[in-house]
Amino acid sequence: MREITYRQALNEALAEELERDPNVFLMGEEVAEYQGAYKVSQGLLERFGPRRIIDTPISENGFAGLGVGAAMVGLRPIIEFMTFSFSLVAFDQVVNNAPNMYTMSGGQFNIPIVFRGPNGPAHQLGATHSHATENFYASVPGLKVCAPATPRDAKGLLKTAVRDNNPVLVLEAELLYSSKGMVEPPDEELLIPLGKAEVKREGSDVSVICYSQTVPLALKVAEQLEEEDISAEILDLRSIKPLDEKAIYDSVTKTHRVVIVEQGHPFCGVGAEVCYRIQKGIFDELDAPIVRVSQEDVPMPYNERLEHAVLPNAEKLIAAVKQVCYA
Amino acid sequence: MTSMQPVEQRDEVEMLSLMLLIRRFEERASQQYQAQKIGGFCHLYIGQEAVVTGAVAAVRDDDYIITAYRDHAHALARGTSANACMAELFGKETGCSRGLGGSMHFFDKKHHMYGGHAIVAAHVPLAVGMAFAIKYRSEDRVTLCFFGDGAINQGAFHEALNLAALYKLPVVFICENNLFAMGTSVKRSTSLKQIVDRAEGYDIPGEIVDGMNFREVRDKIAEAVDSIRKEPHPAFLEARTYRYRGHSMSDPASYRTKQELEKYRLDDPITRLRAQLTREGKLTNEQFDGLDKQAKEAVMAAVKFAEESPQPPLEKLYDYTYADGAVEPGRPRPAEPAHERREGAPSPNANQP
Repeated sequence: MREITYRQALNEALAEELERDPNVFLMGEEVAEYQGAYKVSQGLLERFGPRRIIDTPISENGFAGLGVGAAMVGLRPIIEFMTFSFSLVAFDQVVNNAPNMYTMSGGQFNIPIVFRGPNGPAHQLGATHSHATENFYASVPGLKVCAPATPRDAKGLLKTAVRDNNPVLVLEAELLYSSKGMVEPPDEELLIPLGKAEVKREGSDVSVICYSQTVPLALKVAEQLEEEDISAEILDLRSIKPLDEKAIYDSVTKTHRVVIVEQGHPFCGVGAEVCYRIQKGIFDELDAPIVRVSQEDVPMPYNERLEHAVLPNAEKLIAAVKQVCYA
Repeated sequence: MTSMQPVEQRDEVEMLSLMLLIRRFEERASQQYQAQKIGGFCHLYIGQEAVVTGAVAAVRDDDYIITAYRDHAHALARGTSANACMAELFGKETGCSRGLGGSMHFFDKKHHMYGGHAIVAAHVPLAVGMAFAIKYRSEDRVTLCFFGDGAINQGAFHEALNLAALYKLPVVFICENNLFAMGTSVKRSTSLKQIVDRAEGYDIPGEIVDGMNFREVRDKIAEAVDSIRKEPHPAFLEARTYRYRGHSMSDPASYRTKQELEKYRLDDPITRLRAQLTREGKLTNEQFDGLDKQAKEAVMAAVKFAEESPQPPLEKLYDYTYADGAVEPGRPRPAEPAHERREGAPSPNANQP
């Protein structure tokens, strides 16, 4: 194991999959000559050439659709959105064409495509650039959605996504690109299955269910809570869809108390689905009502103080944990 | 039509019989729709037959074809059986999309028919992606992308044309200009005097072709395809045509005059090719009647086949959501836990009559 950044981990995943399968190509705005808006594709143009690392004009609908068409005839495109906020311009391709094709064609055309890029609020980017899109996309049958929080998960999930025969969204996070973590050496194949959550920290008093940017937040909060004798288990969903119901049930059966902390909005959010499943499947295991911490239900303000107030943060999470622990 | 047959050898009489098959299929589909054997929306191709038959006559069977929602003819022209097409309209498991697609979503992978797409212009980027794959693999295929005049004002269309021109991709954009996007005439929807000028904006060579004339369509597309096979690039064709029926089965087409319809009927693509072949001594009246009879019989047999075919089985409902089998979210949910109801509690179906 060695320590690398989330960005490097993604870069390695791309390079390894491009190397492994000649049908894989990477396409998006600034992915080639500029080396990626967030430098995730650094060095790939030089290594794989312009045939496979392809810059596009600013035409998300066009190049997302191009990817779907190429996948229909057997290529395995990786389409980068500079941010998933821009994927909304390509919503029709991601929602209508990619996931529906397999059904509409009676199973003749599956679409092995990866849509990837940063998702969720970053820092003071304002309302149009701060969308957390996971709940939109996870509600669409035919799509798979993952949101890795660590370099190891980012690499392993992206590689798995490229090999999946369905459209998979890999939701990265701008604020995580420079974060570091331990990852297997490059000569060791790292594949992390979609639909498998991971306990990032064991605990006994409360399950904090999180994903993507809320994982480092939850881990930090868990340390603070430890000082107050509250033992928090941090369960990182990693995949939103498929959702690892079993891991959720296992953790909640152990702790009997749940806080869900998500980076998106509360209404119809990921936490709502998790919450529903817990009460449906293991209602009797709960010792307290579930509490959700999410963004406030407003478009993201630019002002830093207001942005902080909108986002899930440590104060809110600690308060939520104390609430479910009756502490 | 045998595979890889050179263009010039495609028999025109055979193509005429294909046009007849399309015409008779659509007439029968209309009747079956009215008899409520077919659900949803249903858009008929009657009047436009020369466009798709001319196009398939100009390409190889391994070239790619993709179109919008007025797609029955494109599948038939590619070689999808009338049985599979009619069964799809009936929503049966034997349909070309297993009854899961319906009228607007015909697919046939074996015959390189890539749909059947119902969001206007959303498939134009897909066509560009298919052409991208051709070039990526250094193949000499082409993609034919059909769409209506309504598609040319969508963003997807413009983005796709730009990408195709930028990457020099082997795709022929074929605008089937039937003068109306649903009920809105081209004059009321499009700022240009002629649609073909859209191509010029992207530096794509474009031509206007008489879409009621099989030979002209075939020859113009063959010309474009020949050039593309030598050196990949996009091309654009505006085929001026006319649909005799409304936009869909529910449209009485009151936005146009009887005189206009009659004018186009006189220019009927089937009548025209028949006259050409007859004049040249390649077709007798008896032969034509025989071909028409064959087409009618094939379509009647297709209706029978569709009627007798099984429904898609309910237990396969989750089989076509994810490739490689259903994943967790696609797994059928187990029945909700059955709680014992209290004595006198309202029935869950209490609101239903």
